[in-house]
Amino acid sequence: MHSLSHLFLNPGDRRFWAGFTALGVLFLLLVPALNLLLPADSALHVPNYMVTLIGKYLCYAILAMAMNLVWGYCGVLSLGHGAFFALGGYAIGMYMMRSIGARGVYGNADLPDFMVFLNWKELPWYWLGFDHFWFAALMVMAIPGALAFVFGWLAFRSRINGVYLSIVTQAMTYALMLAFFRNEMGFGGNNGLTDFKDILGFDLSQDATKMGLYLLTTLVLGATFLLVRFVTASKLGRVMMAVRDAESRVRFLGYSVTGVKLFAFTLSAVLAGIAGALYVPQVGIINPSEFSPANSIEIAIWVAVGGRGTLLGPVLGAFAVNGAKTWLTGAAPELWLFALGALFILVTLALPKGLVGLWAGLRARVTEKSND
Amino acid sequence: MTDDTLMDQPHGPGIAAPGTILYVDSVTVSFDGFRALNELSLVIEPGELRTIIGPNGAGKTTMMDVITGKTRPDQGDVLFDGHVDLTKMTEDQIANLGIGRKFQKPTVFEHLTVFENLELALKCKRDTLSTLLFRLSGEQQHRIDQVLGTVGLKDKPRMLAGALSHGQKQWLEIGMLLMQDQRLLLLDEPVAGMTDAETEATAELILDLHKDPHHSLVVVEHDMEFVRALGARVTVLHEGSVLAEGSLDAVQANAKVVEVYLGR
Repeated sequence: MHSLSHLFLNPGDRRFWAGFTALGVLFLLLVPALNLLLPADSALHVPNYMVTLIGKYLCYAILAMAMNLVWGYCGVLSLGHGAFFALGGYAIGMYMMRSIGARGVYGNADLPDFMVFLNWKELPWYWLGFDHFWFAALMVMAIPGALAFVFGWLAFRSRINGVYLSIVTQAMTYALMLAFFRNEMGFGGNNGLTDFKDILGFDLSQDATKMGLYLLTTLVLGATFLLVRFVTASKLGRVMMAVRDAESRVRFLGYSVTGVKLFAFTLSAVLAGIAGALYVPQVGIINPSEFSPANSIEIAIWVAVGGRGTLLGPVLGAFAVNGAKTWLTGAAPELWLFALGALFILVTLALPKGLVGLWAGLRARVTEKSND
Repeated sequence: MTDDTLMDQPHGPGIAAPGTILYVDSVTVSFDGFRALNELSLVIEPGELRTIIGPNGAGKTTMMDVITGKTRPDQGDVLFDGHVDLTKMTEDQIANLGIGRKFQKPTVFEHLTVFENLELALKCKRDTLSTLLFRLSGEQQHRIDQVLGTVGLKDKPRMLAGALSHGQKQWLEIGMLLMQDQRLLLLDEPVAGMTDAETEATAELILDLHKDPHHSLVVVEHDMEFVRALGARVTVLHEGSVLAEGSLDAVQANAKVVEVYLGR
């Protein structure tokens, strides 16, 4: 059994499990331990705000892995993944709006505050069902997935490739942003959805709830890791890489390129939606600016910085770029966009395989030296 | 869709050409007014080996593009197996029907290993879900090993295809064609860039494939030594149509052919 021996004996796979375990220990054990067990005045104490910040980065890491699946492995540069992330966020946001109940400013048990403000009398049909968590959880995946499936089917079937696909996906997220800005859409317009009180009965202002969301996000990142690995290590993963490198050749071997791309794009959108649904309860708001085209471009930059077509790269990239963003937007906010642009140019010119490629290059050099 | 259901469906314009594996009738393809194929007609019988020659721009590659679904003809019929209309089908459907193609420029997947290249070409269900859940069986593993031996890459299964020499890439691509186990094989300049020894070995391999009546082969080639070694019926293309057809000696003696090749 070639594939089985492949899974366990390959040194690359041992490295994968080592990295996977290390990340698990770091995020699942070390961060919570340093937060909960150390006194607040200890130098190693991880404060609560930091746990939430890392939780946010973990959501970005899931989003980056989703982006990497379709871009890094399948060669489809989607610049609209921010839209799938935002839709997942809106779906869970709608559930949290409904669970506010009569605790809103207007004390209306039937309608969210913004609808009362707009003088609406009745809940729009598309809000029905979002009282139930299971329904919202399903929509978190179904709505981004369905949009990606329909959009992808139209685009890939017509063989819209490369930069043209990037442009139409930018247009998609831009159109959604404009639509969600409108009050008439019934998603809170400009302000979006906010003032959430609890999720599944857990008070969102409690530290324990925040820690719970953090741990859940870590587990989902781990599951995403395993899923992406399962897909990319399968024969379909190799067909995806073949599509990336020589698309028309794959057709002559009898594979449907449309089918392969559609699978990668849809799965990726579902993962992005889940990332958005984990993000919104942790940051407490979702508004149309999440659909902004620039957001989607940033996701591509995380993946490029970390290393396209590698399992760990997107996680590293999401943490490195967002860590730099948090720091620089505090220290010198006017510099951030220049820094981001410069980073993208640097990575494109000097580090085609990102941080992971840089590390692999250094390792190869060290091994070479020690062999001399 | 499995091969069987595709084969059994009535396709196309309702015409049939019994007793042919490939039937091309007055096919015309124009690009911006340039007629790459001009009422081209060609018939290949089951089990036949055919070589196609012709000066640059004669339409050889366009003809392969039309047969494999890459280019749609402006007019004309292309039938596979006497009844399946190829002009309405996509590249992947045609490949699953039983038509394989080797490109002029060797196109292997450079970031995959030699083994993985052959595995992708393996004849099996190729829909997305089956591909995701695919597990290589012992028999399939054996078949890949066999082909690795045939194309002289037995000691390089784990090597990245991008690291192979030009000749080895050509052989890997021939190996991929073998893995597909197709009924009609189209080879576009299979020995371009090969050494004399490699060319000879390729000719032997093609003749070997020809021994199996299951295979029909169409070979486009410039190398006259190679065409002679194959000893098959030759079709000469010129300006998108058939100029002459017959044995190599006969076409070489043909006045029109001499004129085209030596210039007016």
